[in-house]
Order: sequence, then C-alpha cells, then structure tokens
Amino acid sequence: MKKMEILEGSMAVTLAVKACKPGVISAYPISPNTHIVGALAKMVADGELDSQYVLSDSEFSAASIVYGASAAGVRSYTASSSQGLLLMTEVIYNAAGTRLPMVLTGTNRSISAPISIQVDHQDTLSLRDSGLIQFYVESAQEAYDMHIQAFRIAEDPDILLPVMICMDGWVLTHSYEPVELINQKAIDTFLPPYRPRHYLDPEHPLTFGSYAEDNVMMELKYMIQAAMDRAKGKIGDISSDFHRITGHAGAGLIETYGPEKADIILVGMGSLVGTMREAVDTMRADGISVGLIKVCCYRPFPGEAILGCCRNAEAVAVLDRGSSMGSEGPLSLDVKAALCNLERPHIFSFITGLGGREITTETIQKITEETMEAVKSRRILRGSQWVDLNRSIL
Amino acid sequence: MIPKTEEQELFAPGHRACPGCGEAIATRWILKATGTNVIVVSPTGCLETFTSPYMFSPWRVPWIHPLFENGAAVASGIEAALRYKGRSDIRVVVIGGDGATFDIGMGALSGMFERGHPVPYICYDNEAYMNTGIQRCSSTPLLASTTTQPSGRRSWGKDRPKKNMPAIAMAHDIDYVATASVSYPKDLYNKVKKGLTMEGPSYIQVHTPCCTGWGFPPEKTVEIGRLAVNTGLAPLFEMEGGELTSVHKIEKKAPVDEYLMAQGRFKHLFQSEEGRKEVAKVQRVAELNIERLGLL
Ligand SMILES: Cc1ncc(C[n+]2csc(CCOP(=O)(O)OP(=O)(O)O)c2C)c(N)n1
Ligand code: SF4
Ligand SMILES: [Mg+2]
Repeated sequence: MKKMEILEGSMAVTLAVKACKPGVISAYPISPNTHIVGALAKMVADGELDSQYVLSDSEFSAASIVYGASAAGVRSYTASSSQGLLLMTEVIYNAAGTRLPMVLTGTNRSISAPISIQVDHQDTLSLRDSGLIQFYVESAQEAYDMHIQAFRIAEDPDILLPVMICMDGWVLTHSYEPVELINQKAIDTFLPPYRPRHYLDPEHPLTFGSYAEDNVMMELKYMIQAAMDRAKGKIGDISSDFHRITGHAGAGLIETYGPEKADIILVGMGSLVGTMREAVDTMRADGISVGLIKVCCYRPFPGEAILGCCRNAEAVAVLDRGSSMGSEGPLSLDVKAALCNLERPHIFSFITGLGGREITTETIQKITEETMEAVKSRRILRGSQWVDLNRSIL
Repeated sequence: MIPKTEEQELFAPGHRACPGCGEAIATRWILKATGTNVIVVSPTGCLETFTSPYMFSPWRVPWIHPLFENGAAVASGIEAALRYKGRSDIRVVVIGGDGATFDIGMGALSGMFERGHPVPYICYDNEAYMNTGIQRCSSTPLLASTTTQPSGRRSWGKDRPKKNMPAIAMAHDIDYVATASVSYPKDLYNKVKKGLTMEGPSYIQVHTPCCTGWGFPPEKTVEIGRLAVNTGLAPLFEMEGGELTSVHKIEKKAPVDEYLMAQGRFKHLFQSEEGRKEVAKVQRVAELNIERLGLL
C-alpha cells in the first residue's frame, strides 16, 4: 500500500535513515542539518529507533565516531554542512582510504568567509577528490529514496566507500513536499543487515590503517579509483533492485529532460534543476532547441553518459554553484573533461546562486541566450562567467 | 597473575622500533594486561609507524590506526558499535602518544571522557613528537631541547613546564586516573588491569623514555625511567573519584642533575655556570611534585 505524506525535507531524510536501522549515529549541529540530527535524536529518545546516538564534541569527532563504528562492522550515519564538512574532510579521506562505508547527508551551505548559512555547493564540491561517492538530489522524494540506496551502495563489497547525499540547505531541508514512503518490509528486503567481511573482531584480529611505502601506495590508491569506476555499473544494478522491490524510481547517474537532440544542453545539479526544467519548457515554447542534463551522481563522475547525450549538441552550458578559485566551476571542468577532443559542442561555464542568491527561470534563460549568442558569433568564452554580478560593489 | 611471556605474547617481535624504545616495551606489557578480547586504537605516531608497514603487523589483537588527532573519537565509535551489537565483553583501548593526547587530540579526548565511554585511554609519554623528529610538545619538560624549541644563545629549550594532563583528565570527573612508568612494568600492568574494570573512562599516562629523542644509550631505557621516578619528575600515582588513592614512594631520592646529565636533550644545561643555575628550576618542579603528592 502506498503511503503519501507531506513532509519537511529533513523529516524525509530522517525517516529514510530510521528505516535503514543504522547501529551508530553521530552528528554535530550546524544549520541546516539541525532538523535531521534533532529528529533522529528524538526517535532514539522515544525508543522508536534502536541506534547508539553518540553526541560528538565536533564534526571532526562525529565523522571519527562513525568511522570507528564502521570499522567495528556496524552501519553508521552522520550529517553535516559547510564548515562542519570541511572539519570532517580529513576523516572522509581516511574512511575512503580504509574502505570503510558510511552514509552522510551534506545539507549544502556556503563556506566562510564571508559567513552565511545560505545554500550553495562549495562545501560538498570541495570533497570531490576524497573518494567519497556524491549524489545531488532535486526533491524531498529523491532525498528519501537516495538515502535508502546510499547504504546499499556504500556497503556493497565491490565498492566499500563513504556515500554522501547532497541536498540543498533550506530549499530542500526546510520546505514541505509530498513524499511517498516505502513500507519497512520492502526496505528490509532491499537493504539487509550489514555483514562486512572485514571488521575489528578479537576472534579474527586484523590490522587496519597501515603505513604504506611507495611499493604499495599507488596500488592502494588505484583500488579506490577502481572501486569508483565499478560503482558506476553497480549503482545501476542497485537502482534496478530498488525499483523492482519498492516501485520507486532508482538512483541514476544522470537524468535528461527535453528533446533528445537539442542544440543547447544545460547541465546542473540539485534543487536548481527544478527551475531549469521550467525554463527549458518556456524556451522550447518559444522555439528554442534546448534540453537539460541533471547530474545526479557527481562522484564517480558519469562522463560517458554525458558524452552520449551531448554528441550532437551545438553548445553545453554548465551551471555551477561553487568555484574552484583560480580555475573555474568544478562541474564545468568535469563536463569539459568528458567532452574533450570533440570539435563540438562548445562548453560554457556559468557560476551562479552562491550564498543562496536566487536563481530564477529568467537567470537560466539569460544564460541560454548568452550561450546561443556566443555560438552564433563563434566566440569562445574562457573560464567561468559569474552571472549577474553587482559591479557597483566590486 | 601476569601471564608469562611464552603464554601470552600479543605484541610480536620483529617490529621496527629503535632498539631500547620505551613505548614498544610498554605496549607489550599493556597487551599482557588487556588480553585478547580487546580492540586497540593507535593514533599516528612512532607506535603506529613502527608497527604497521603494510602487509606486516606485530599486533595479535585487532588494531586500527585512524588519524593523529582522533584516537579517542574513533574509540568512542567502536565502543558504541560494540554496545549496539551487545558485545560489551570486548574492550576498546587507546594507546596513543603524548602529542596525540596532550595537544592535537585533546578535544576528542575531552569529548570521550565527558560522554563516559568505558575506554581506558593509555598515553605513552615520550615527551615530544618523536615520529616527526623530536619536536616540542606541551608534554615536553621544562628546559628540554627539541628541534622546534632548541637550546641556543637565547634559549634554554622548553620555556614552560610540562602540561598537567592527569589533572585535566581528573577534572572530567572520570573514574580512574593513573600514571605509570615502563620501568615499573608490574605497576603498569596492574594499572591497566584496573582501568579495564572501570565502568567509565580512565586515563593512564605511561612515562616511556625514548633513547633516540632524549639522547641516551638504548640499554639505559629502564634505568632512565627509574631515575625519572626517583627524582620526582615522573611521579607514579592513582586517583579515583577525584581523590589521590595511591602513590609510589620514592625508593632513593635522586637529584635532578643525575637524571638530566644522563640525557642529550639537557646537555646544554651543563655547559656553563648559567646553565647550571637553570637546573634549579627543574629541581623546584621535582620538589613541588614530591610535596604535593607526598612521594617521600
Ligand atoms: C593532522 C596531522 N598533523 C601532523 C601530523 C604529523 N605527525 C605525525 S606523528 C606526529 C607526532 C606524534 O607525536 P606523539 O603523539 O607524541 O607520538 P610519538 O611519535 O612521539 O610516539 C606528527 C606531528 C599528522 N600526521 N597529522
Ligand atoms: S624515536 Fe623514540 S619513541 Fe620513536 S621508535 Fe625510536 S625510541 Fe621509540
Ligand atoms: Mg611523543
């Protein structure tokens, strides 16, 4: 029986995490993760969730606590944002390197300074090289479904990496949407209890976290890369399983919208994609050949899938909610790498929506027009275009 | 009963510690006390480096090295996982260096104490960051020369006394705080055993001379450790419920000169009249310990 509820995005995540029965949860409060960590704490306090909830003294410790729990062979979960994610960074690299699965929610928020609690993707993007699998969601429903799949992906013996579900702060964490919930039996069928092959166990003493000399370092790092590569296929299998068992749409690497052979293709991630869909509809009604790619899985990066969708396009415009300072939008760099050595399409990079700045359908139309204009006049725009800067304060 | 070497050697030979390394000897004794039903966490430091070259391990118990500053937090997570699994029969123990404990891991350690995880946190104290090449730590004693606070024309070495870490641990109102020395292995063994009986966290600080970093011949490790105890510079005591419950009385009081002169890290104090005057400051530290703790 289907169960539809109007839920705050944070509550959708909380219910998904609860249904996955993590043995250890640890977190530290930072807006906008607070509703998630508070609701989980209340469930534990009320006896609805049989987890050990460890209140940490920092995000660094929270990540370390779930790392320890994972090493002891227990499913574990944490959530953070912004400064908190940066503070966790060292542990996240370490978890990936030690091949310890865990699930994190990254409630997207900008990075200080200047300090702000509003959304952009600088925080989660900055973890892109760590060995952390990253998904970006567009809605509360996707956040719910992705958290359940995240545990299966992280714990898959062919993957064994941390997985982060990135959801835009406030826009998704604090707004209410209808969410269709999955019954516990189906979730239990999809996600059996975690039974790792290797964990800290006095009966089979193992050494974790060894020192690597140059004779093995390359190989051990390569194995993380290989796990990331394998994950692309595995995510497809897990997603099909999820769909078969629950009836819900499973995880994809990318999602497309609009005509298959559009001249202009827009690329984006997260809640922004909702606005992009609307803009695409409006522009298509005006006769513009435009479509979009939503990047669902940012790491491992689905370069081949993107290449497959862009071969016939004139231009690709990538919208980034963060910047690799001194270079350009990180997502645009990945798209450029995926499409390199092709004569067409040209790829344009746009940086927009930092620190919660609103991205309207007009913003997206403007970006599209600028892209079309550049193509028409055979202008190559190098670097990233920072959209709608207020030049009076520069 | 302390298990005989042949019966239970959980820390195998063949690791890469310097010959005479105090912390290697201490670890061997610590594992005799823990027995096999234990999980050990060691933050980054000499112990981690010399025991874990990939594909080799002297650890005959499950062991994990996470990072430099998160030993206590990782132990907390393991302990929570064991509680979740209903396996509170398995004990989690941290064995970490003074740098990992006094300095960079202090926040995580304070968190573990405050939350009350039943974890004995054992700090092997060699009084500097040895793994990276003998750098100053807040555990470094007054006037010791290190590579980042060396003696020189304008410096006598460490300008501040050693941080009182046992007092900081005790300020968390934890069940048990003790200091030990590798030179008194039975006492060390008993203190680790006691830490393991506690329902909450405990802190055990083990003085472990480091021949390489302190500058003394490797065969003198035990002797130097004993001298430290007998000068009053490394007092051995136990605290429970905030009260001092036992002290190891000094057998034969030694002047600090004897201890300092035996080590390269203090040799600058004996090269001039002024240096010798500085030694009085170290003697005062020893006297204060003797008086406060009733070591005589
Ligand atoms: C975050 C971080 N900072 C610095 C280091 C470099 N480092 C590794 S071990 C170490 C010193 C360890 O000192 P201590 O805990 O006293 O152990 P010892 O080596 O003396 O046994 C340092 C500074 C590191 N690994 N990680
Ligand atoms: S440097 Fe000191 S602590 Fe490190 S292995 Fe050598 S003797 Fe032991
Ligand atoms: Mg040290």
